[in-house]
Amino acid sequence: MNTQPAAATVARRAFVPDWGARLAWAALAVYVVYATGTLEISLERVWRGLDNAGRFLARMFPPNTEADKLELIQSGIVESLQIAVLATVIGVLLSLPLGLAAARNLSTPALSWAARALIAVLRSFHPVIVAILFVKAVGFGALAGVLALIVSTLGFVGKLFAEVVEEMNPKQVEAVRATGAGFSNVLIMGVMPQVFARFIGLSVYQFDSNLRNSTMVGIVGGGGIGAPLFTAYQRFDYDVVFTILIIIIALILLCELFSAQVRKVFQ
Amino acid sequence: MKDLTPPAQAPAPRTWVRFTPIERALRSIFYLICVAAVVWSLRTIEVIPEFLYDAPEQTADLFRRMWPFDWGFYPEAVHHALIETFHIATLGTLLALLMAVPLSFLAARNFTPQPMLNALAQFIFVSSRSVNSLIWALLFVAIFGPGALAGVMSIAFRSIGFVGKIFSEALEEVSRGPVEALTAAGAPRSMIIVKGYWPQAEPAFWSVALLRWDINIRESAVLGLVGAGGIGVALDAALNNLYWDQVGLILAVIFVVVMLTEVVTSAIRSRIIR
Repeated sequence: MNTQPAAATVARRAFVPDWGARLAWAALAVYVVYATGTLEISLERVWRGLDNAGRFLARMFPPNTEADKLELIQSGIVESLQIAVLATVIGVLLSLPLGLAAARNLSTPALSWAARALIAVLRSFHPVIVAILFVKAVGFGALAGVLALIVSTLGFVGKLFAEVVEEMNPKQVEAVRATGAGFSNVLIMGVMPQVFARFIGLSVYQFDSNLRNSTMVGIVGGGGIGAPLFTAYQRFDYDVVFTILIIIIALILLCELFSAQVRKVFQ
Repeated sequence: MKDLTPPAQAPAPRTWVRFTPIERALRSIFYLICVAAVVWSLRTIEVIPEFLYDAPEQTADLFRRMWPFDWGFYPEAVHHALIETFHIATLGTLLALLMAVPLSFLAARNFTPQPMLNALAQFIFVSSRSVNSLIWALLFVAIFGPGALAGVMSIAFRSIGFVGKIFSEALEEVSRGPVEALTAAGAPRSMIIVKGYWPQAEPAFWSVALLRWDINIRESAVLGLVGAGGIGVALDAALNNLYWDQVGLILAVIFVVVMLTEVVTSAIRSRIIR
């Protein structure tokens, strides 16, 4: 009896309009119009830009393949690769203890709180901004880039590794503990076998991300291909820019293929 | 007479091995590659040791110059730039969503059973993701000139691949039931999208939108270094003038904004998803 009116309304209208959601969409539309206005974005400007784009693309072709330019690009790319390798390996090794310390099911509350706060601080800045600070601290060059990317590796791998450790099965840990194993043996026999594959996956993903960013830290003096890229760009040598971009993209795609293989091996 | 069966030969002690020999060999190769890469990098990377000796001194100097912050700089230049950064990140994310959703339907193999179109959409996603947002910014500054428009476009183009990859995977996992029911009832294609696919993929859509917005707030802070508008422009100017007290203020402001974004996104996430 009581439910009948409700059932009748449901029958009349299969899809009830959600006024709250509609209001939110309308607010969003108002915001878009307002924000576009404050940024001085107009259709006319976009139109003029498309005109420019044609000329810009025309200047990029054909890519510059002069020998001296290629030599410069090669040394920059090699340095970017070195930065990515060193930052990933050092950062990943350091984020292993950091992630374990941040995991609430393994460490003490105070320690995990401190580790989480550290991770939050490390994650909050873009690697290029961190690189600015390290360039001031240790001078221009690859070292600043390596240190900056170590920071972002610690932030990313540390955070996600802690989550992986928190999600693991506690039974195996308890079983190892029950045999009287010490803390280090609990880690090696109880924790690591469960989380190691995901840890490698995270590290490999971070290597890809570090490689992308290692091509960028050069803009602020952190070494790698970024500096030649930015110089060529400021000199309007768009054909050199295009060569560098092709090489960067090819390198990144190669590394993604490599990391997909690594992930398969460790699954 | 009892039939004495000869005692079964004691089985050879079995050793349990977790991985097959091939797995172990592949893993060893991976470790070998890692070690080789590290050794190669360490031996050939150029580090100037002289710079390292005074690193502690330089770091102390850095913080001495940063503190106290130049608070007067905030109303003068930082506030406006901060609002601009926020708009760049938000508009860029919205534009990316606008472009990524149709492409995701194109990429989802259950919605578009055309391998060529799937591959085309995947190609767009991959090329969007493999170019760093700063490189996108360089390209768009060359096209649109310095300013926020270039920033919005670079954020949008960088985000398409990320959003598209995750959202198209969510679309492919949609249960066929409601879609088939709507098809059988003669619903037009637009209604199948709105009432069949969308309700099932909506949680994934909101979670990827929020995640990308959070990332974009961080990314848009650096776009100004190459002239694409936002707080990075103020940062670049302060750095070039060596006004470290202004740099310190800007970094502190970015830190606060990023923390606030994280709080806001996690609050929204727990309210509208789940």
